[in-house]
Amino acid sequence: MLDDLAPVFGAGRRARARAEPLELSLYARDAGLAEGRAGAVCFPRDASEVAAAVAACARRGIPFVARGSGTGLAGGATPLDDALVIVTTRMNRVLGVDAAARRAWVEPGVLNLDLTRQVTQFGLHYAPDPSSQQACSIGGNVGTNAGGPHCLASGTTTAHVLAVEAVLPDGQVAMFGGEIPDSPGYDLRGVFVGSEGTLGITTRVLVRLLPNPPVVRTLLLDFASIDAAAATVSGIIAAGILPAALEMMDAEITRAVEDFVGAGYPRDAEAVLLVELDGMAGGVEAQVGAVERVGREWGARHVRVARDEAERQLLWKGRKSAFGAIARIAPDYYLHDAVVPRTKLVDVLREVYAIAQHERLTMMNVFHAGDGNLHPLIVFDRREPGTWERVHDAGTAILETCLAAGGVLSGEHGIGIEKRDLMPRFFSAADLDAQAQVAAAFDRDGLANPHKVLPAGSRCGEAGLNRPLPDGTWL
Amino acid sequence: MSAVSDHLAALTDPIVAVLHASDAVEARGAGTHPLGYPAPAGAVVVRAPSGVVRHDPDDLTVTVLAATPVAELDAALAEQGQFVPLDPRDSRATVGGTLAAGLSGVRRLGFGPLRDHVLEIRCVTGTGAVVKAGGPTVKNVTGYDLVRLLVGSLGTLAVFVQVTLRCRPLPSVAQWWSTASTPDDVLHNLVRPVAVLADRSRTYLRFEGEAADAAAVRATVGDAVEIEGVAPPGETCRGRISVPPGALPAVGAALDATGPGISWVGEWGVGTMHVGCSSSDELRAARDVAHAHGGWLLIESDGADLDPFGVARPNLALQRRVAYAFDPDGKLAPWRYGVELPAGAHR
Repeated sequence: MLDDLAPVFGAGRRARARAEPLELSLYARDAGLAEGRAGAVCFPRDASEVAAAVAACARRGIPFVARGSGTGLAGGATPLDDALVIVTTRMNRVLGVDAAARRAWVEPGVLNLDLTRQVTQFGLHYAPDPSSQQACSIGGNVGTNAGGPHCLASGTTTAHVLAVEAVLPDGQVAMFGGEIPDSPGYDLRGVFVGSEGTLGITTRVLVRLLPNPPVVRTLLLDFASIDAAAATVSGIIAAGILPAALEMMDAEITRAVEDFVGAGYPRDAEAVLLVELDGMAGGVEAQVGAVERVGREWGARHVRVARDEAERQLLWKGRKSAFGAIARIAPDYYLHDAVVPRTKLVDVLREVYAIAQHERLTMMNVFHAGDGNLHPLIVFDRREPGTWERVHDAGTAILETCLAAGGVLSGEHGIGIEKRDLMPRFFSAADLDAQAQVAAAFDRDGLANPHKVLPAGSRCGEAGLNRPLPDGTWL
Repeated sequence: MSAVSDHLAALTDPIVAVLHASDAVEARGAGTHPLGYPAPAGAVVVRAPSGVVRHDPDDLTVTVLAATPVAELDAALAEQGQFVPLDPRDSRATVGGTLAAGLSGVRRLGFGPLRDHVLEIRCVTGTGAVVKAGGPTVKNVTGYDLVRLLVGSLGTLAVFVQVTLRCRPLPSVAQWWSTASTPDDVLHNLVRPVAVLADRSRTYLRFEGEAADAAAVRATVGDAVEIEGVAPPGETCRGRISVPPGALPAVGAALDATGPGISWVGEWGVGTMHVGCSSSDELRAARDVAHAHGGWLLIESDGADLDPFGVARPNLALQRRVAYAFDPDGKLAPWRYGVELPAGAHR
């Protein structure tokens, strides 16, 4: 394989295509728990080099896996079958910003937060803001249709991607979507976003940028019970308010974060809500008052409105540092991702805590309450005998609880290999067949990130078997 | 769960039966927004069932059967203080027909394109398979996003039976204003306008939000005059131009240069230009303008001998493979896209 790549990626010590043990080990997994095995790794600098790598794979029938920053949690970028890992981190230029039209062409390796930093001078920002936004790449965000706290009002990645240039599994370069609002035919852009690298590799993206709102208010409400906080979430929505962000943290995570960051979170609260409202002055002030009223009706003990930008940033720093704070508690954590109807939050949370208690596990919740997007987080030490099995069982039970409440398997992390084999719990055989047929329309030979998203046998009449899940795979 | 399945099975069975028995099937809503080439004689028409299935105001979601008229949906949601900005030109249109046509309404600037309001579609594919695309929650990345493929597919991939939509709370104030300011100024001086439209004489602004903000907007614009709404071009020959949003001023000027016959209303910040003509010759001239500015023109009504699209679908081979994935026997209105010309060619 490296010989095939040498004309484009070079050879020897300075080659950008390599198969050294250290690299193969580094790229054998993403931020999920599953460990795979890479055959080789390459670092293209532009679309033509991605196309060359993909074409080489197509010729030899070797699978390939696109990888951005590797922050995915569902094993979507974990290579199986000695796949070639195509890493897009060196394609990291912002190609052009059209401030008047509020859009920018970027390469896939541009980091999410860097994009916003580069357009701040124009009073613009890129709205989707995953917790990993300092490290995750736009290409990876496209792959997973990434979300984040501020997707409540403004939508997930797909609502912010106007066009995607991609190398298809046959090595051809295609453009989906474009500068114009509509094109004749099907929205191939729409199905490509969130396809987790199984339909091709993103090489250029046209993103929509939003003007920074003139007024932003961030509130911290603290409660003596989870139920009261969850009811407040429903109450805010029922009052006709769609906040820019509406996040919940439970007692455990609030204390962990406070120990870590010192953001002034109440250490004795059973739950806190972080609510952000933005827009024009009059409307925002009216909504601040309404949120405060709803919170107090449901028993909020304190409602703190950040007085200035520094305090606002501090409150957000607490929320966004949650996963760093966990490391102080136990060496391992497993972060789940599921969505339930907002109105089911109270019941589902109660069941989720009961599951953790039953399995004698420490569980915390920090999540996008406004979307009903739960992130139960189990902290554990895998060296303790029997723990792993209990973590596994709790995870399955949590997802089953969410599905039973009318929820879905993932809100923003994706399916990858982590939840692949749970897909039949949510989709019928006919549903899965339709998805598999569409995937095959892009990838006839099944070389683009194979064995991900859809379980074996999804395509009616499909004989091939998925590779068995590797060690450490969740389910 | 089984109650839901039974309810759907009873609704889908007749449609599945038609797909098993017929070679040429046309899903039809109210027939208010016919796009693409018309059905040949002998095509079997199927219609989806109608009615609101459930509205969950606290979840901001609503599930309706596909043939529910948009006006009926709007009325049901308004009772609970909510709405979905589907905004078809003619509100007798059905929800399913509006989604199949894929034409975003004039509030796209503020609320996003039509596809962003759709969470789940239950449909019947060309093979008679009953398929769920997407899911019922407001956020979902479980599997491939087939919903976005289906929206705007003109009935060529599946017959829509039931859809779940994302609702929004109705604002306390919703108002159109007209102003002599340029649309570019209005677009850049205001916070989140819901629509900024312009024709050759005036700019029209849609505000939705709190009363205090409405007063501020009015003060910013200065000469704002309250109006009932903006009439889109009313001529019988109508088209919709899609260009990069920055090209709209040039497109307007070029349309004016063709003579006084073409009326137009542009959606600033979006790149859509609605044109009305008195003849298909004028429509052809408007199409030439669209092509000269990096876009295209979709015929919305009475294009006479004109190709409905005037351009080939981008990624045509892949488009066809996607159609094959849903409808391998070509039963579902394949005529909609006609026999396509090579990219770049147009009539």
